[in-house]
Amino acid sequence: MMWAGVLVACAACYALKLAGLSLPASVLQDARVQRTVPLVPVALLAALVATQTFSTGHHLVVDVRTTALIVAIGMVFLRAPFLVVVASAAATAALLRLL
Amino acid sequence: MDSTVRRGVIRDALGIGIATGAYALSFGAISTAAGLSLLQTCALSVLMFTGASQFALVGVVGAGGSVWAGAATAALLGSRNALYGVRLSSLLDRTGWKRAAAAHFVIDETTAMAIARESVPESRFAFWTTGAAVFTLWNLGTLIGALATHALPDPKVLGFDAAPPAAFLALLAPRLRAREPLAIALAAGVVALVCLPFVPPGVPLLIVAVLVAIYGIARSGR
Repeated sequence: MMWAGVLVACAACYALKLAGLSLPASVLQDARVQRTVPLVPVALLAALVATQTFSTGHHLVVDVRTTALIVAIGMVFLRAPFLVVVASAAATAALLRLL
Repeated sequence: MDSTVRRGVIRDALGIGIATGAYALSFGAISTAAGLSLLQTCALSVLMFTGASQFALVGVVGAGGSVWAGAATAALLGSRNALYGVRLSSLLDRTGWKRAAAAHFVIDETTAMAIARESVPESRFAFWTTGAAVFTLWNLGTLIGALATHALPDPKVLGFDAAPPAAFLALLAPRLRAREPLAIALAAGVVALVCLPFVPPGVPLLIVAVLVAIYGIARSGR
């Protein structure tokens, strides 16, 4: 099941890339498409941040991941590289669990 | 094309490749900690080859969602690559196997490098050089990150469950430079949390995607 989902997702992502190079420009230059598509990653990434920080299964929770997110926000403001943002969040959660 | 331009492009491409390779280390680690096998993790980097979508799929699976909810989220995040293709299609070959091969390399980094050049031959050179550098180092980074995490007994002890939100935040931050995206991001976070107790894991993301699409289409009429 995992393999099927992985491969279907890979095929879908490739199809979207190929569609951009292949479809007539008029289809993708439609104002609604141009306006809407860039908003999708903003909304999805924000929803991913929220759900993966504040939930476990169906329950809303506030735990060490909240502190880790605050540290990550600080690192983003300091313009830290990607890996530093991720590693500092993980290290914060690990340290708080040790205490 | 003169050799100074060529060398400049190669240097930039390697710089971008090394940065994405470092970022791939965290993808390999997060994917393995989420429960994907080494082969599945590497298959994502070889075959999907678009970072945010890969992080989304393994993030949803790692949080207990179905792989199908993860796949749908990955595809939705991949939709922006179609818009990059529109900007690149006048610069790249329009036909045959070269277009099919080029399509795989249509990502944020290659688009940025190709559209920044002055002429079509330079753009093509920048596209393929950046694509090759990023593809090689992205896959190498994924493999190393996955192998390192595979050797760990319990990834949660090391805070690996706090890593995906930080990764999504780092991907999101550069897109928040105006008021509208910031408002959309906050609204999306709240809506996802409100839906979360009532629907299967991963589904809040799809609800958010539908709502933002309706918003975007409604607003573009004016």
